Amino acid sequence: MAKTNYESVVILTPVLSEKMLQEAANSFEKLITENGGELIHKENWGLTKMAYPIQSKTTGFYQIFEFVADTETELIDKLELAYRRDEQVLRYLTIKLDKHAVKYNERRRNGEFNKPKQKKEDAPAIEQASPAKAEAEVTPQESED
Amino acid sequence: MAKRKRYTRTPVVRPKKYCRFKKSGIKYIDYKNPDFLMAFINEQGKLLPRRITGTSLKYQRKVATAVKRCRHIALLPYVADEMK
Repeated sequence: MAKTNYESVVILTPVLSEKMLQEAANSFEKLITENGGELIHKENWGLTKMAYPIQSKTTGFYQIFEFVADTETELIDKLELAYRRDEQVLRYLTIKLDKHAVKYNERRRNGEFNKPKQKKEDAPAIEQASPAKAEAEVTPQESED
Repeated sequence: MAKRKRYTRTPVVRPKKYCRFKKSGIKYIDYKNPDFLMAFINEQGKLLPRRITGTSLKYQRKVATAVKRCRHIALLPYVADEMK
């Protein structure tokens, strides 16, 4: 019964309303917690510009989940099945995190990288969330020692 | 036949390349940070070889994975003409 940290990035269509976005995020969150996963962190980047169009859409809502789950449960299968069935999902990526990644994410969350970081999940409006993210994302890796 | 003139090449002194991950102790390369990964791709969006960036093999593999993940979630392009 080995526990592993996972991270899941989901890109949702930009046509969603704020409420639908919340609903979609909550449904995935529920799926994680109900199947034996333990949600560590949830992050919403808001409407973000993509580097290339997916399904002829140039922007998307980025939602990130970090959770701990058993390696033997079918949580990942179920989660990815839910992603594939959901038409609002443009793209998803689920990865296992190694110990360095877990540490890195923790530090990033605590805002340890020297930057005037505005907590992303606290940023209420989408227009605010995106530039805050862009600023925040520039520095973290260089500043690590 | 006259002897061929020997050329003595003056060696070009370049600063020694180093692996920035080893030097600064970075253990994990975040794939959600395209601005950082820009240092390891050329203007077409292709991965730069180790001999140019100086990255050690261990971290070059990690860079490659991170760039590929970053492309998948559409934060970096698969193909581009002028990125920088």
